Amino acid sequence: MSGARFPVTRALLDLSWSRVFAVFLKELVQMRRDRPTFAIMIMMPIMQLVLFGYAINTDPRHLPAVIEMREDGPLTRAFLASLSASTYIDIVAIAHSSEEGEAMLRSGDASFLISIPEGFERRMVRGERPQILIAADASDPVAAGGAITAVQQVAQQAFAPEFDGALSFLARAPPPYEIVVHRRYNPAGVTSFNIVPALLGVILTMTMVMITSIALTREIERGTMENLLATPVRPLEVMIGKTTPYVFVGAIQVAIVLIVATLLFHIPFTGSLAAFLLAVTLFILANLMLGYLISTVARTQMQAMQMTFFIFLPSILLSGFMFPFRAMPVWAQTIGECLPITHFLRIVREIVLKGAGFADIADDMGPLALILLVLAALALLRFRRTLD
Amino acid sequence: MTQDTVIDVRGLTKSFGGRKVVDQFDLQVPRGAIYGFLGPNGSGKTTTIRMVCGLLKPEAGEGEVLGLDVLRDSARIKERVGYMTQKFSLYEDLSIRENLEFIARLYGLDRRVERVDQALADLGLVERQTQLAGKLSGGWKQRLALAACMIHEPELLLLDEPTAGVDPKARRDFWDQIRRYSAQGVTTLVSTHYMDEAVQCDSIAYIAYGKKLLDSRTSEIPKQIGLFAWRITGHPLHPIELELKGAAGVDLVARFGTEIHVCGKNAASLERAVRQVKAAHAYVEIEPIEAGFEEIFIYLMSGSIDNFQ
Repeated sequence: MSGARFPVTRALLDLSWSRVFAVFLKELVQMRRDRPTFAIMIMMPIMQLVLFGYAINTDPRHLPAVIEMREDGPLTRAFLASLSASTYIDIVAIAHSSEEGEAMLRSGDASFLISIPEGFERRMVRGERPQILIAADASDPVAAGGAITAVQQVAQQAFAPEFDGALSFLARAPPPYEIVVHRRYNPAGVTSFNIVPALLGVILTMTMVMITSIALTREIERGTMENLLATPVRPLEVMIGKTTPYVFVGAIQVAIVLIVATLLFHIPFTGSLAAFLLAVTLFILANLMLGYLISTVARTQMQAMQMTFFIFLPSILLSGFMFPFRAMPVWAQTIGECLPITHFLRIVREIVLKGAGFADIADDMGPLALILLVLAALALLRFRRTLD
Repeated sequence: MTQDTVIDVRGLTKSFGGRKVVDQFDLQVPRGAIYGFLGPNGSGKTTTIRMVCGLLKPEAGEGEVLGLDVLRDSARIKERVGYMTQKFSLYEDLSIRENLEFIARLYGLDRRVERVDQALADLGLVERQTQLAGKLSGGWKQRLALAACMIHEPELLLLDEPTAGVDPKARRDFWDQIRRYSAQGVTTLVSTHYMDEAVQCDSIAYIAYGKKLLDSRTSEIPKQIGLFAWRITGHPLHPIELELKGAAGVDLVARFGTEIHVCGKNAASLERAVRQVKAAHAYVEIEPIEAGFEEIFIYLMSGSIDNFQ
């Protein structure tokens, strides 16, 4: 038997370097001819380096905070001044009622609500240890964590210089005030509460964009495009007809994620289901249009796949899915704002975790609808009615 | 244009990457005619057909197809034209019936089920209607494609090398079908490389390097070209063939199996050349024949140097 095996092994390992070189040269030439694929292979590492190196920051700063001031005195003003100077939070509003502050927290306009109660200074001097209440949006536990610690330090630093002279007796430990932190929407800081609803956005982006990105390129590659174009069918008819089936596929995915999220991860679904359904439909449509636009640009299915990944990378990194959105520099946030998933993630977290309704998500529904319209219009313009 | 001219285009021009593929092309096709479209590979036949049915935008030129402006009305032209592509372009992953229904729906046809049933019956594919189109043989694919481009009862059929790679029997059946449509008043413009198909056409347009070199009724072409021919038989023929090539008075030497057809425009000098060969090689038989389409088109094609330059 070993004698019989030897020639087989030889046949497998036998090679001619000139034929290897022939294949190598052919691949090289083909790679050079496929410019878009080549460009993406060059662009991908550059993009990753820039995104991870500059855009991604897990220590978020400049988180928007709303301050509810029930007292106006030298101590509270010093505290406010220190908060303004802190790079961790940006004061975006001074609320005049607790409802106003709560609403900003729910709609995502603010990540923190810092309340200073009435009679704070007087009670502090009396040694009653009054409370500074910090309500944090903990739907993203990572984003909330660093800032909560920071606010505690800011308070310490703000009050320390004030505690001299007559008030020097307050400079003691424990401090003459108490900081109470409320982690809203996800009190236990469960990571899955944040990740699972957001995963719905990632899953939909990946599948919807990928499937429709080959919608037209497949017709072109198989040669069926010529026949299709020879019929009286209009570009808009092709677009609607080709993308609609995947709305149903998306709906099934949504149902599966919702069921799993509830049964396995016990995600509380606290908001309006109707608002959620409207948002998720808009999001699916936007993704389908994004994929369809790719298919009007790509010439082969291979190119379409690579362009899909080109979209997919920022969708994960710049959308607030993996890393806190507000921790990114402005240019990265701007790119993020142009991606459908960024808006969907905010909407889905607001609805699922914060109990939001139509009014709260309006500020993200508008951009999402705009993105959908722009993508659809671009795709229609890109559609070639002829074989030119 | 008159009501009886279905295609009337003038000066159609198209270039790809700076090369003129079709240059100042005129064509008039009367209603009900079978118009043959001949020319070597890359001569611009497909491009011309695509411009006629609105799949490509001409850079220059004008004209009417079915009385509609070829530049502006391509959407309405498409509704009344049946175009059969050179490559099979129906969906291989749809069944025969699904393909026909899809096309019928795109044309917004009434009595859809009835029409599809009728098309399947005409094709003789009723039993195999649920079979995937990709599983069909070349000949059947071509018949299905013809049925698909006829389902909306177009007035004009544009067929781009419809019988390439199809066996002789299937080609014969295909042409019987085309003649039946023609008898019903359907106009056909068909490109082909087969001479036995060319002679079936009422008229022939011959195109090379994007320029039309000949456009005439089929029966008048031999007279128009004025090609004379002799048949030479015997064995061995190869030295004879080499000797005749380039001889004075000989314009074409074409080998047909066991015989050589020698053609020339000048009857007297051709005969002189042939008789010289006979004198030198006693074993060959010579005989004057009528130049057929095969000889005429090989002669035309050998004149057009290279279409890819």
